[in-house]
Amino acid sequence: MPAIELEHVGKDFVVRRAAGRFRRRTDVVHAVSDLSFSVEPGSLVGYIGPNGAGKSTTVKMLTGILVPSRGRISVAGLVPTRQRTKLAGRIGVMFGQRVQLWWDLPLIESFELLRHIYRIPSQIYERNLSAFRQLLDLDKFLWTPVRQLSLGQRIRGELTAAMLHDPEILFLDEPTIGLDVIARQRVREVLLSANRERGMTVLLTSHDLTDIERLCSRILIIDRGRLIFDGDVDTLKARYGKERVLVVDLEEPGPALQLDGARVIRVEGPRQWIAFDGERLSAAQLTAAAAAQAPLRDLTVQEPEIEDVVRRIYQERL
Amino acid sequence: MLASLRTDLEIARRGYLRYAAYPAATAAGAFTNIIFGLMRGSVLLALFAERERIGAYDAAATIAYVWLTQGLLNVVALWGWQELALRVRTGDIATDLIRPIHPMRTALATDYGRAAYQLIFRGIPPVAVGVLAFHAVLPADPLVWLAFLASLALAVAVSFGFRLLYNLAAFWTTDTRGTMILALVVMSVFSGFVIPIQFFPPWLAAIANATPFPAMVQTPVDIFVGVTRGPAILVALAGQLGWAAGMLLTSYWVFALGTRRLVVQGG
Amino acid sequence: MDEVRNLLALYRRLIEARLRAQLQYRTSFALEISGTVLISFIDFVAILVIFANVQQLAQWTLPEVALLYAISGLAFAFTDLVIGHLDDFPGLIRDGNFDLLLIRPRGTLFQLLTADFQVRRLGKVLGALAVLAYALANLSIDWDLGRVAMLVVIVPVGVVIFASIWVTTICIAFWSVGAREASNAFTYGGQFLSQFPINVYDQWLRRFLAYIFPIAFVAYFPALFILGKPDPIGLPDWLRFASPLVAVAAAIVASAVWRFGVRHYQSAGG
Repeated sequence: MPAIELEHVGKDFVVRRAAGRFRRRTDVVHAVSDLSFSVEPGSLVGYIGPNGAGKSTTVKMLTGILVPSRGRISVAGLVPTRQRTKLAGRIGVMFGQRVQLWWDLPLIESFELLRHIYRIPSQIYERNLSAFRQLLDLDKFLWTPVRQLSLGQRIRGELTAAMLHDPEILFLDEPTIGLDVIARQRVREVLLSANRERGMTVLLTSHDLTDIERLCSRILIIDRGRLIFDGDVDTLKARYGKERVLVVDLEEPGPALQLDGARVIRVEGPRQWIAFDGERLSAAQLTAAAAAQAPLRDLTVQEPEIEDVVRRIYQERL
Repeated sequence: MLASLRTDLEIARRGYLRYAAYPAATAAGAFTNIIFGLMRGSVLLALFAERERIGAYDAAATIAYVWLTQGLLNVVALWGWQELALRVRTGDIATDLIRPIHPMRTALATDYGRAAYQLIFRGIPPVAVGVLAFHAVLPADPLVWLAFLASLALAVAVSFGFRLLYNLAAFWTTDTRGTMILALVVMSVFSGFVIPIQFFPPWLAAIANATPFPAMVQTPVDIFVGVTRGPAILVALAGQLGWAAGMLLTSYWVFALGTRRLVVQGG
Repeated sequence: MDEVRNLLALYRRLIEARLRAQLQYRTSFALEISGTVLISFIDFVAILVIFANVQQLAQWTLPEVALLYAISGLAFAFTDLVIGHLDDFPGLIRDGNFDLLLIRPRGTLFQLLTADFQVRRLGKVLGALAVLAYALANLSIDWDLGRVAMLVVIVPVGVVIFASIWVTTICIAFWSVGAREASNAFTYGGQFLSQFPINVYDQWLRRFLAYIFPIAFVAYFPALFILGKPDPIGLPDWLRFASPLVAVAAAIVASAVWRFGVRHYQSAGG
């Protein structure tokens, strides 16, 4: 039985916009349209897309926060909004940008309160708590009030809070936003070990491609409410991840450069954007070739943004 | 001089618009004002089942008093205003200090904008209900209206001066909530908002009149209701002016002390 | 039974944690408690001023009104202590943080009610007790088991009624966070209304307070019974004992309206 299953799920919002001084216009926004996919237990899935694509809406429907307008959803075999409290005991949710812990109380008090709220048996609670204390190095700030924690410390606390009760499925919404490299690494390790040792299913939304790449065996891309890619990381990279962009500032504005294995995608005065296949050509080689054609004043290299990847996928879909 | 007046008006306009952006909240607030008017009116009128007059107030004056105070409650911001304290606590006050206009002047102009909005949208509804449903009597003499409006403008200034003072405590302490709540309750009793000061036993009325609070509510109300008449009006207005000036000057001085402390200590 | 034990354990944990956090600042805490005690006295000052001008208010004397005030004040003080922070709930909706309650395996209302506990609000309880002491000292009540029982029972019953009104009216935030101030008319307004004998109000309002917005059951009807007063407006005698039933009905309405509100939130997206 799949851990997560969506069939033809849609979600519409009615939005009232001001049209002129006194009138209001009612619009229907299709946040999600005809979404169908399923996730097997024990998978680590990345769920990505541009801002406003419908990621948060999907996660909210999966976790029982929102009722879908159409379609069928099943998470851990339950219907989220109809069996909300039962499901909540079996899943963990972490929003990177929201604080779930008790703001004024020491971190450990939040854990204790959650222990009672989730009705976690003492054995499991003790075991998990000591594991996370070690894995995430919590002891240094376990007794500090949450409002005094740094972002990295708070995220470690939030992650612990989301997993203390041994959830079958973990939903993460931007868990590493604002974290430094080391902290991100730690988060990834914790997720990987939970997935490996306890078979925890993970659905991760993130703007950080590195997180997605290192953690997820499968990637779902959503844009404007529709699923536009469902495959593994290698397929994604093979198709779109290799293209990089070299941005050069010429000494003087001039015509688009003619370069082998690269194409100029945009010209603005002295600045030109040159797209090239990162696997066949190195930035250094391309720079040399460009400099041979016209004197360069400055340059930068752009890596593919997820928005670019998605946009390219979307364009291909057309 | 004219240029700076225009700036003040512009700032006041912003203050007005800021409150105009929340029509639902204003409507809900006006509704609450009206409901409380019904309740207070019933209780106070019950007193006149036993007596014809209390002080200079009779039943008709009391009806007008109830509905007017419900309308003015928000105009003179009797229930608290913490914007300055918040800006001090968050440190935003630093940006205010860099600007060419003194923050107190900006705050005062903004407050008048706010008061204007609330006079229209939270002042008129309760008074309208009072007139239409409960036969509250409005002043007949246009001069009385003029005096009332002048008194109201001064009341806002007095209230602002006081609000500034308890906001400025934020320069010295992080937790002002307890004292603020106490200040608010004392304010509402001694301003005449809960019960007209005319009803107070003489010793209590004397205490009240030694404070700036009656100048915030009771003074304009007494003019409106007709209890303060003729030359007494001028005396009342002068009193308000005195309180307003006194508190604004004190605030100015306290503010200077506080900003010096801020600059020295680094907030 | 397990459920109850879990609830008590959770609540105890929360209160202990809050107490620890709030007692850390001893002087500030002492100031806050004295502040709230004083506040509950100042409310009573208005009533004292009223009675400085008349001997009776709608045929009720000062000690009798003080009894009403004390009962209503006690019930409201405990309500405020336990659920006063419900006034923060509209802020949760506005900031999108209500979602965080939906992902936990407990009812949303349960979580909100157990989310906070401001110890300083005990000050209001002390104030109300002081007024009660004054009232009882100045009234000659024909005490019997029934009357004592009524006085004891009526406070928790009053808490349930006030709490139900609070929950029901704060639900407006599910539809419009901005309009949330309207609930004050019913919660704080309800408390104000319950401090005075209902014959002060017009006929239509009296009926409203007895049959629709049951605030008269918090203090007025029980006080009539304790004082052995005949009802000045001639409402039936059995109403004096209906308070517990009213509380149950009010709680049912409150929980239904809340559930309806949550359902709306889940459809409309908050």
